[in-house]
Amino acid sequence: MLGAIGLSHYLIVAAILFVIGVFGIFVNRKNVIVILMCVELILLAVNINFVAFSTHMGNIDGQIFALFVLTVAAAEAAVGLAILVVYFRNRGNIAVEDIDLMKG
Amino acid sequence: MLVTLSFYLLAFVAISSALMVVMSRNPVHSVMFLIVTFFSAAGLFLLMGAEFLALLLVMVYVGAVAVLFLFVVMMLDVDFVELKQGFLQYLPFGFVLAVILLAEMVMVGAAYFFGESEKLAIYNDEKSNLERIGEVLYTDYAFFFEAAGLVLLIALIGAVVLTLRTREGVRKQDAHTQISRTRDEAIEMVDLPSGEGVG
Repeated sequence: MLGAIGLSHYLIVAAILFVIGVFGIFVNRKNVIVILMCVELILLAVNINFVAFSTHMGNIDGQIFALFVLTVAAAEAAVGLAILVVYFRNRGNIAVEDIDLMKG
Repeated sequence: MLVTLSFYLLAFVAISSALMVVMSRNPVHSVMFLIVTFFSAAGLFLLMGAEFLALLLVMVYVGAVAVLFLFVVMMLDVDFVELKQGFLQYLPFGFVLAVILLAEMVMVGAAYFFGESEKLAIYNDEKSNLERIGEVLYTDYAFFFEAAGLVLLIALIGAVVLTLRTREGVRKQDAHTQISRTRDEAIEMVDLPSGEGVG
């Protein structure tokens, strides 16, 4: 009825997820937490691409790389949220526009 | 047929909940929709024959990262309504940018891959996905595997160092001072005359 699901279907889903992530960064540019979530969405889209090509090429290396992307994403989320907590303790706010102390 | 239907279902749920992550007013709802997105992405991974990564995605993202986000969102006492201001102002610009980006991606992809609509060939031999990953991960990619462990360790130490703070006036047990007490500073000998109190 709908045809077989091929590589291009997964690539389109990944592209849409990626674009939603970029869109979210532009739209929620005041809220750091949502920006971090959008970064996670972008990394997820990249992972979908890796796995789709891995299956398409019959090569497992893409899944290994997706594993490493997952690791780095987890580390990034942990450190980013830690920085956010420290920033909130110092300033009592997490608005992105206020993070311009280095501007001099 | 079942694969086709589940693909469209999972893709629809993933994309719509990703949109809700971006658009929802309450960050707690955003985190919940992020969890839904990751679950359906894990389903997509299963459809592609990557069982190990699908389970890893559920464990790492839903079990760790999303809970971390939830903790931080609920811990920080932020006026999220105020942070949402300017949303409508940025909406047209962001939308135009997103459409242009998506069109570019589809155009690039169409030149190379979008003709191929044959089914994704999932391995059908006796080796499981887990076996295949293990064969490569601990041999060819052993160094990278350990480097990934190092990255996680450094992130752990970094997060602890960043958020650690010493507050004044908090009573803590200090084993060193406890052990290094001597008899002279701990005991005072008092010679009491009989019939009178200490005071």
